[in-house]
Amino acid sequence: MSRYIIRRLLVFIPMLFLLTIIIFALAKAAPGDPLTGKQLDPTVSKEVYEIQREELGLNDSLPKQYWNWLSSLASGDLGNSMYYNGRSVESLISSRLLNTVYLGVFAYLITLAISIPLGIYSAKRPYSILDYTATTFSFIGLAIPNFFFGLIGIYIFSIHLGWLPSQSTMSDPLLTGIPALLDRLHHMILPSFTLALAGTATYMRYVRSEALDILGSEYIRMAKAKGMKERTILYKHTLRNALIPIITLSGYEFGILLGGAVITEQVFNYPGLGMLFIESIMNRDYPVIMSINLLLGATILFGNLLSDILYSVADPRIRYD
Amino acid sequence: MHTDLNILQIDHLKTYFHLNENKIAKAVDGVSLSIKQGETLALVGESGSGKSMTALSILKLINPPGKIVEGAIYLNGENLVSKTDKEMESIRGNEIAMVFQEPMTALNPVFTIGNQLVEMIRRHKKVSKKQAKERAIELLKIVGIPRPDEIMHEYPYQLSGGMRQRVMIAIAISCEPQLLIADEPTTALDVTIQGQILDLLMEMKKKFDMSILLITHDLGVVAKYADEVAVMYGGQVVEKSSTKQLMNSPKHPYTVGLMSSLPSIKNPKKRLATIEGTIPPAYDFPSGCRFSTRCPKVMDRCINESPNLYPLKDHHDIRCFLYEKGVDNDDE
Repeated sequence: MSRYIIRRLLVFIPMLFLLTIIIFALAKAAPGDPLTGKQLDPTVSKEVYEIQREELGLNDSLPKQYWNWLSSLASGDLGNSMYYNGRSVESLISSRLLNTVYLGVFAYLITLAISIPLGIYSAKRPYSILDYTATTFSFIGLAIPNFFFGLIGIYIFSIHLGWLPSQSTMSDPLLTGIPALLDRLHHMILPSFTLALAGTATYMRYVRSEALDILGSEYIRMAKAKGMKERTILYKHTLRNALIPIITLSGYEFGILLGGAVITEQVFNYPGLGMLFIESIMNRDYPVIMSINLLLGATILFGNLLSDILYSVADPRIRYD
Repeated sequence: MHTDLNILQIDHLKTYFHLNENKIAKAVDGVSLSIKQGETLALVGESGSGKSMTALSILKLINPPGKIVEGAIYLNGENLVSKTDKEMESIRGNEIAMVFQEPMTALNPVFTIGNQLVEMIRRHKKVSKKQAKERAIELLKIVGIPRPDEIMHEYPYQLSGGMRQRVMIAIAISCEPQLLIADEPTTALDVTIQGQILDLLMEMKKKFDMSILLITHDLGVVAKYADEVAVMYGGQVVEKSSTKQLMNSPKHPYTVGLMSSLPSIKNPKKRLATIEGTIPPAYDFPSGCRFSTRCPKVMDRCINESPNLYPLKDHHDIRCFLYEKGVDNDDE
């Protein structure tokens, strides 16, 4: 097992390397450079821009630029933001990352807490009213873009009912301790439900179809013949087997949550990584864009490794040597 | 014989599947059986004859749209048909246990052998986890599994087919049930293992004083292991008697056909006889005798009239108009 993990981690290195090439190429393929747009300022002369270009290394050949970026990456230097007065990318990202992680974890917990019981129950009583209702909602959940769902949420719960805040992570940054935690959670409810929507719908469909298959299997009949209680049959014998495809999904969930956060954070003005990402794109802040891209890619790679490892935990038939 | 208590008695059991408004599959249609204490009753028939459905009806494990629509199933005089789901849960495994055909699919692939044994013991007996584990190891020893302590921690896929079936038997006997239903317990196994598993079942029957309902389509198995036989065709019992009697003088044309399709040591070169055609589907039985479409001795009345189960001497019952008046053709 540990050998397997080490081998997988080693495979990461060429993959990350490939990722850097793609990210760099994409950044270069975008029209313009960090100084495009600022040139319109008539008070600054062309020569100044040229000097800045030279300083930033933008006049070097592409391989040289890539090499410079890669070697500073390798030494742990993500570069400096071109927009936030040269603040280091690292400090920018770390100031936002936790907010996004909280949001993602919260949304994931919501996804599991809703989709697993609903999926199992739908499989237990297929074609019942609850099954049809759950199915309908899951299709709606899949069909509605989550920013739209977020806007509806704001309209109903923030504007009409006034129960939930629609903006930011805290109402008072001076709060500490339990009240601060509660305030944060309160602010997280709307964005996390919005972020969880699509995942919940997908998971529910998976759990339902998987559990439906399993409930018709011989070992469930055997469990019944043993006199096991319905709860045990559903939440032990069925769920444990249904978890296997759920784990596959979870590997991608990392990426989906982070990607979804880009839009959701924008809707709720939630200062996370996603919002930083959008801001950086708007401001042509290349070092930040490229670093966040790299982070997203690495997270997805890591998520897949994690799901491969979890496989063998859930299903003893899968063993890595 | 008559003084012996019937552990299980099934009266006119009907299990129907309502496939749609006009289509009803009569999987079990008026089956009556009884099993005495310590006895082995074999239920014989082709695929689709209703043997397994009869067995699952006893445990009330028929999945919708199937349903027991009529009849009674008495276990020690108590009617299971009128029991609630909760009551059935504590009967299943505890008083009636079942050994399934395919141990690979019947054991849950993601739990250890020990887990699957212990959960059963803990479900029905008030014992501590430690006691249940000790009992599980003991049971594995009883069914002839080497290294029981290690096997406890292994998963079904790590065992051979014969071993898995031994584990199934260990699970089935773990709560010392009165009745064990074995649904083709050796079909999925190697021929060399089949005998071992059946011998083990019989040994367990003796040790725990159980009765066995043995479902099979192997007449060789019936001859060797069963005390009584019921032959099923089209959801009905067509012939019922002691094994000896049935083997020596089968009466129903269907049973006769089954017997003559067995290879014989005396005449090995003879081509084996077959019964023409296949069993009709349970939603489309002929209106008369269900075997009439394939019967070599079919008469005009067989097409429209259904025969009852006619008793001959010595509890030999036959569902065929040829025996309506109780005539035993042996004397002819």
